[in-house]
Amino acid sequence: MAEQKIRKRKKKQKSLARGNAIAGYLFISPLIIGFLLFLAYPLIQSFYMSFCTVSPVAGHGFEFVWSGLAHYRHIFTVDPDYTRLLLEELQKMALYVPSILVFSFFMSLLLNQEFKGRTFVRAVYFLPVILSSGVMVGLETNNALLSGVQDLIQEDTNGTSITATLESILLQGETGNKFFETIIQIVDEVYNIAIASGIQIIIFLSGLQTISPSMYEAATIEGCTGWESFWKITFPMISSLILVNVIYTIVDFFTKSDSEFMDMINETLLQNFNYGRVSAMSWVYFAIIIVILGIVSLIISKRVYYYD
Amino acid sequence: MTKTKYISKSMTRKERWNLFWERNRKSEGYLLKKKLGRFVYCVCRAFLIFGLCFLILQPLASKLSISLMEEQDLYDRTVINIPRHFSVSAYQIAWDMMDGIKTFWTSFYVSFLVAAAQVVSCTLVGYGFARFKFPLKNFWFACVILLIIVPPQTIITPLYLYFQDFDILGIIGLFNNGSGLNLLGSLTPYLMMCLGCAGFKGGLYIYMLRQHFRNEPKELEEAAYVDGCGRLRTFLQILLPGATPIITSCFLFSFVWQWTDAYYSRVFFARAYGWTLVTNRLTSLVDRLDAEYKAIYGQSFQIATAFGQQILSTATLMTLIPLILIYVVAQKNFVESLSQTGIKG
Repeated sequence: MAEQKIRKRKKKQKSLARGNAIAGYLFISPLIIGFLLFLAYPLIQSFYMSFCTVSPVAGHGFEFVWSGLAHYRHIFTVDPDYTRLLLEELQKMALYVPSILVFSFFMSLLLNQEFKGRTFVRAVYFLPVILSSGVMVGLETNNALLSGVQDLIQEDTNGTSITATLESILLQGETGNKFFETIIQIVDEVYNIAIASGIQIIIFLSGLQTISPSMYEAATIEGCTGWESFWKITFPMISSLILVNVIYTIVDFFTKSDSEFMDMINETLLQNFNYGRVSAMSWVYFAIIIVILGIVSLIISKRVYYYD
Repeated sequence: MTKTKYISKSMTRKERWNLFWERNRKSEGYLLKKKLGRFVYCVCRAFLIFGLCFLILQPLASKLSISLMEEQDLYDRTVINIPRHFSVSAYQIAWDMMDGIKTFWTSFYVSFLVAAAQVVSCTLVGYGFARFKFPLKNFWFACVILLIIVPPQTIITPLYLYFQDFDILGIIGLFNNGSGLNLLGSLTPYLMMCLGCAGFKGGLYIYMLRQHFRNEPKELEEAAYVDGCGRLRTFLQILLPGATPIITSCFLFSFVWQWTDAYYSRVFFARAYGWTLVTNRLTSLVDRLDAEYKAIYGQSFQIATAFGQQILSTATLMTLIPLILIYVVAQKNFVESLSQTGIKG
């Protein structure tokens, strides 16, 4: 009797787990279908296309002719722009991502403090998330008529830029020129950095708010200075969010569609219709992103501290 | 023993002043130093925060001021920010150039449909990931991450070709003489992608919603199950009402990002006959303006750059106005929903 009951219960548990599994799959079925049809299939297809010469067939459809590594060879050895733009993009990333992180971390520390009008300031900082997306960035330089004039304006207004003056002073020195150049480049880009760090600020801010004040209190009583408690409490407590933000920033940087590199890809796609070469270009790009993300998250996740 | 005196509101200014100095003397100058330090810090912080706010708001403000000027003010060197001759004619021109109502309505319609499709599918998937255990769960979640990190440029070409000749496992071909359907030029391809969570930033919404559902108490569902409520009904009747804020903000995000998106719009909607969205119009605005004036005044005519810039600024501002309104209304919603995302990484 008892044995039967146990067996029955076991059976019931098993069927519950199975029911859960089925329900789970039903719930995520949109993802599965969408992933297979609109991501996995195109991804594989584009990988295949990068080894082919794709030419349209009269009537309808396309013809794929295997051409091996020809496209890859072309973009790396013949194309004058590809490697240059790719390297520039990577160099920019190496500068941007740390700046954005430091900036957003700093801002979230500031915004976490009590002061008048905090809600307003937060709202302002978050505004770029909405306003700077998509087409809004770089609209002024996007059309042929205005881009030429932009340089003219810049030439015309020389001497008014503080950073330019500062740069000329600092660069007269013999040492550390490269360092100053980098710093000035970052300062000049502060607008782009500020508008790219909206989401990161919010994520950091939410992390800061989960740290309980009693920790700081205890530290202060033990004689900890603000500086020390920053490095010993604040920093470790939100280190997991640093990982999230690093990944988010890198992805955001690479997938934004207004960079020169993306323009080149779009041009090759929409004007030259060279589908094979475009696929090769974007696959190299994608592979690099994956590698960078892998390395970065591996390095950071080892240092992340989880508080439970 | 004397009673320690504190500063209170009932004191006169002079009493407070004296008390402060007395306390300062007792602490051997520590209090003054501390107060001064605090004051200097506050001033510095105020400057910094003000400066950075200005940095973000300045482009908007300058667009606003330019858009309200008359053309002669643009060339007047003494006019910097405040227009001397107020005029709203730039709005009229920009509105006409963008095809006003038609463009905005199309954009609204497309963004609304896209956002709705994305929210429906992502909510289901997010809930599935948050609450059920099933085999290969981690694998599928890795796919979500992949959805986030694959740049659209990598897959756009095959997608383009795919939708030109749309077919699922050759089923449609059976009824259509072996060739698929050409879906380009309609809204269908992109809506299908959104329903399959593969739309713009779909992975991010799944992540946000999953994080939300994970933080809901499990007891809610258990109670429902005990009372004999099915899984779907539990989800629809118990969890969905509680998730309204986050779903709303996902919807708004999706709406806003679709509204300003240029990439997908260009690839999927631009070439099609009727689908001209706000962003398409915006990117080609100055060239259109130029063409328009050429048609009126002859080929040798060229519009002034400042004028083109003014119209572009005005049009951008007009595009942004709906978004700013949405943001002002739902600001709290946006920020809170993102805050939830961060917790527990």
